[in-house]
Amino acid sequence: MRIGKYCINVMLGKSPTKTPPAQISEEAKALHQKKKESGEIDKVKAREEHEIYRETHNKKWRTRRWATILFINLLFVASYALDIQLLEGALTASRFLGFHMADLNSALQVVLAFKTVLINLLIGFVTVLLMWILLGGRTFCSWVCPYHLLSEFAEMVHIKLVEKKIIKNHLFNRKARTWFYIFFAVLAFATGYTVYETISPTGILSRALIYGPTVALLWVAFLLTVEIFYSRRAWCRYVCPIGLTYGFVGTITPMKVNYNVVDCHHEGDCRKVCLVPHVLEWTIKGRSPEINVELGPDCTRCGMCIDVCPTDSLNFHFKGLSTKK
Amino acid sequence: MSEESPKKPQRLSRKERERREFLRTSALVAGVGGFSLLQLIPTLTDAAPRLRPPGALDEKEYLSSCIKCGQCVQVCPVEAIFLADMLDGQGQGAAYIDARNQACDFSCDGLQCVLACPTGALTHEINYSHETRMGIARLDKPAQCLAVKGEGFFGITRGAEYNGKLRFDEIDRWNPIALNQHPFDLEVCDLCVRLCPIEIRRTQCEVGKPPSGDINQCPPKPAIELQKIENGRDTVSYVPAVLEGCVGCGVCEMVCPTDEPAIVIDIRKQWSEVNA
Repeated sequence: MRIGKYCINVMLGKSPTKTPPAQISEEAKALHQKKKESGEIDKVKAREEHEIYRETHNKKWRTRRWATILFINLLFVASYALDIQLLEGALTASRFLGFHMADLNSALQVVLAFKTVLINLLIGFVTVLLMWILLGGRTFCSWVCPYHLLSEFAEMVHIKLVEKKIIKNHLFNRKARTWFYIFFAVLAFATGYTVYETISPTGILSRALIYGPTVALLWVAFLLTVEIFYSRRAWCRYVCPIGLTYGFVGTITPMKVNYNVVDCHHEGDCRKVCLVPHVLEWTIKGRSPEINVELGPDCTRCGMCIDVCPTDSLNFHFKGLSTKK
Repeated sequence: MSEESPKKPQRLSRKERERREFLRTSALVAGVGGFSLLQLIPTLTDAAPRLRPPGALDEKEYLSSCIKCGQCVQVCPVEAIFLADMLDGQGQGAAYIDARNQACDFSCDGLQCVLACPTGALTHEINYSHETRMGIARLDKPAQCLAVKGEGFFGITRGAEYNGKLRFDEIDRWNPIALNQHPFDLEVCDLCVRLCPIEIRRTQCEVGKPPSGDINQCPPKPAIELQKIENGRDTVSYVPAVLEGCVGCGVCEMVCPTDEPAIVIDIRKQWSEVNA
């Protein structure tokens, strides 16, 4: 439970800290000690293994994820353009085969601004809430959000430019996202307008895909430019309240990424590819409180860490369905 | 010594790094927060008043409750509904109708946009076209009106390039027809009256054929009629008079054949306000 609370604080912006010895299980302690004493991992060999794996291993989860993002967003497009009516509306609210769906953050904004709860919106909200409780909260971000996909491409360019020392990455304080979350909630309630919707790249992109290009796309292009040249994944990491809303859902989901410390080389490749590396702090040598530990609610279940891990230490885990390694 | 070499970048102290991060983060909060507040300006200054779809709540409530999903856009058989862009401020992503481009002719008969709306921004409390109040028509340029000039209308209204459409019940109940496929031959131009969806329904009801066979579809009050005016000359002329039953759907503005429409919709105005 204390770990759970700690993970929520980290999601809200607290910097990860060393795990206090009192919170590390005896088993894990023994393993940490063993790794420390034996120096069993040959550093150079481990590094090599990581590099070979990264170059040869196919990115299975990324491929599946990109296909899913494209499929869902194109299903919206096709439903309207070809009039097949499977998934009508946009990401903010829709009907799937006639059943109401509402984006949790958009619905919250509307309720705060309008101060009335309509039955259809409630049905849509609960349906989507249950769905993401099952599928893992911020899974929405990496498996559905169209901005996430564009942002991933921007990130690739950004990393190339940093490698060539053309630009530097700039970090912001992660607490900013929590402040934005409160700011947009208060703003909706106080002004009676769903102000965040007007700058949400998720909504703007979804509508532009379905209903045709808009001037608002310039804002999205600007955000991507900032992410390429100034700060890696800035919108998703430091601003987007949608991510935090789904992050809260992630606190009560059985769908997690599980970390098993036994074979881990602690090379940190997983943290380098991660959108939210603070959830992977357990993978630093000596920090994991258990032999098996689940990543915090801010994890988007994108599977990038699973794709780069040569020791199979990270895996998707559905509580009660799959067994831990 | 390499430490003294000016070429080697100095590693910033922890304090300095934190200071810079704080400044950057402040700039981020101010920038994104400020940009979002800018989006209030077009709305608070009412820069772009829009004709909203049938059943829209009062503008403020409409913008609060609309979730910007466009489900109303998708169900409209005449494709009258569009979503506004960023320049509309809080109206971005909210539905509007540009009547001159394509008005709502209620050809779905069931207010499909209202049924599609997941949040009630288009209120579910209305069921029939005549219960709508989008605005009210007004004869804006009487001097240009063909009926006022005592002229007829022959041919295609709005020209061959125009691709707006309307449903003509007697031709095809289910598929709207492009106006450029439907020429007229009128001794006196009465397009705004003869194509008025409310007047069409009243005529259908008078001959005992209400839309969908449902007498609840019958509008209780007339919306527009041509009134004869005495001009003291030999020619007879008429003036379109807007009546209490007008719902502001905009079909009259859409079909008016003059270059600038002689008749327009006053957005969100009510008949009682205009005729006080």
